[in-house]
Amino acid sequence: MKFAIVARRKWFFMLSGTITVAGLIVLLIFGLNLGTDFKSGSQVQIVLNQPYNAVAIRSMFEKHGFAVGPEGITAGGTNNEMAIVRLSYPLTNLQEGKLNTAIHATFPKALVPPEYSTVDPIIAQEQSQTAVLAVLLASLGIVIYVAIRFEFRFAVAGIVALMHDAFIVISVFALLRIEVDLPFIAAVLTIVGYSINDTIVIFDRIRENVKGAKIKTFQELEALVDHSLWQTMARSINTVLTVLFAAMSLFFFGGDPIHDFCFALLVGLISGAYSSIFIASPIWVTWRGRSLARGRDAAVKA
Amino acid sequence: MIKWGRLTMFIVLVVMIFAIVISTSSKLYSKIPLGLDLQGGFTVLYQVGNSNQVLTANDMSATVAALENRVNEIGVSEPSIEVENGNRISVSLAGQFNQVSARSFLSKEANLVFKSPQGKILMTGKDLESNAHYESDPTTGAPEVVVQFKNPALFQQVTQTYLHQPVSIWLNNKMIDNPVIQDVITNGQATISGSSSAQSAIQLAQLLNAGALPFPLHELSSTSVGPTLGQAALHSTLLAGAIGVSLIFLFMILMYRLPGLIAVVALVAYSYVLIAVFAGMQVTLTLTGLAALVLGIGMAVDANIITYERIKDELRNGKSLQSSVILGQRKAIRTILDSNITTLIAGIVMYIYGTGDVRGFAVALIASILVSLLTAVFLSRTLLLQFTKANVVKNTWLFGVRRKAVNSQ
Repeated sequence: MKFAIVARRKWFFMLSGTITVAGLIVLLIFGLNLGTDFKSGSQVQIVLNQPYNAVAIRSMFEKHGFAVGPEGITAGGTNNEMAIVRLSYPLTNLQEGKLNTAIHATFPKALVPPEYSTVDPIIAQEQSQTAVLAVLLASLGIVIYVAIRFEFRFAVAGIVALMHDAFIVISVFALLRIEVDLPFIAAVLTIVGYSINDTIVIFDRIRENVKGAKIKTFQELEALVDHSLWQTMARSINTVLTVLFAAMSLFFFGGDPIHDFCFALLVGLISGAYSSIFIASPIWVTWRGRSLARGRDAAVKA
Repeated sequence: MIKWGRLTMFIVLVVMIFAIVISTSSKLYSKIPLGLDLQGGFTVLYQVGNSNQVLTANDMSATVAALENRVNEIGVSEPSIEVENGNRISVSLAGQFNQVSARSFLSKEANLVFKSPQGKILMTGKDLESNAHYESDPTTGAPEVVVQFKNPALFQQVTQTYLHQPVSIWLNNKMIDNPVIQDVITNGQATISGSSSAQSAIQLAQLLNAGALPFPLHELSSTSVGPTLGQAALHSTLLAGAIGVSLIFLFMILMYRLPGLIAVVALVAYSYVLIAVFAGMQVTLTLTGLAALVLGIGMAVDANIITYERIKDELRNGKSLQSSVILGQRKAIRTILDSNITTLIAGIVMYIYGTGDVRGFAVALIASILVSLLTAVFLSRTLLLQFTKANVVKNTWLFGVRRKAVNSQ
């Protein structure tokens, strides 16, 4: 007998529930570490090509008349070879030119010009709002399609898993205080796409097995879904492994600018694979089991 | 019995795929427009006019046209100039150029007027031909801008009316020259002096040629990436992509053996067709798009994995190799279609309602799903079926199933 997954669903619900609540608490207390994309001001991302030294960077900025807040300089990248400097005021085009010269003179190995981003916070908010709206509407589209092709319960269970994955990534970023910028939205979108794709394959097998079976009890339903999960287990593991190969090599070798972005992908892909098996299917069993019980009661009455 | 016809067919297909990929992929790849995060450049979001100004679609397209003229003057190819909601225009320029001066040039006002001594506006920059150029005064060497009026008769009339009177020249509400008309000018040519240096005279000539902006522009947000930084990002991303794809290839071959090898051929074809689509449709490749491609490769591999696991199921049930492949493929196709269509719906909705990065992501996602259906499903199926029907291999180990694991019926 293989490990019973559905019977232990309470454990997985509790695990995910705990992570979700913890994430919610972190989010409510600390909020997300929003990058300049979401705050007024500028951000300068310098690839130094030499060890990071906050003091040297600060003195360079201040020498040229650019005030940097107490926590304005952080290290980034795989080997801390990148400096991220956040300024609470927007840099003008001419100031950027001035900084280019200063960086080149102080850190000859650094890549000049560095990456500058200056964003009106209202714009960033609008952009993230349209992204959230796009995800919500996409979920609605998925619900409609899956409800027609499968059934409504599958659709809702799939969406719950999808939201779970997106939320876990957001929580992990809030907890680890990793800066959230606009590419982060793209990472969350990727996770949403992967999560639903991964879940549907398992649901398809459950649907197929349900068709040939006459299920009368909750135990039978549980066993059937367990069986389906194990039938698709090799595929579930192999698929997430291949996607992780791609995401991991981007994480380790893809260079500093996409480091955080790939980290979001890694967390989300693992969560996506987990939720398809341990969250989405058990939710469906629980819900379907209830109507099964109701159906039997009705039969007894009649 | 080995069926040589089918085997030849299979080999010809595989050789053809590799021949096409090897001979043309680098040429196609160089045609893909790269986003500024991968080759350097900047993107600026402008607010057009003042926030309380009501602008029509015509006003916006006039501003876009003016911006296009300016980009042409800078000499950057393939700019992306898009009108966004709320009277905004985003301009993205990628490539190698002086970012600081290009950015200041884009939004610089060039409001040129010629005024009579009484302050009446006689002519504006709109009356000029777009062939203004810099010259240095033959006697003093001072920088000058030579301009040509579209309607010489109008200029002649002005010079007649105001002969021996000063006609002032104003740029952006600042008087830059106040020459006294010496003669009646019939050829419509005039010179504007008063520039501080040759460089500023050249820029003034360029601005006059590009035409005045119909409305002032304010920078709302901007991102700029240096060309070396962008190229470094591109190189490391390509390297990482190559490593990731190699790992996937290795994994597929170790895990699924012969079918795994066929999946690798299909994945090579997938990457190639995707490059062709990006190059053909001139889809700009950005880091966000690359993320979608990672997901796309995952989904393309997934289609193969789903099929091969089904085939293994059938083999374990004791079916023959041929019927296992046929049955496994038939059972897998519905699952693959459903999971891909679900993700495709998500992509389409994101495309319709998203902006900027979200939209770029959606385009790459939609393209990769459609291409993966073509290669990972149809091509890979055809190849595997041809190969199985050729009847060369009878050993189920080569399909990833040990002989012992087969339930004899």
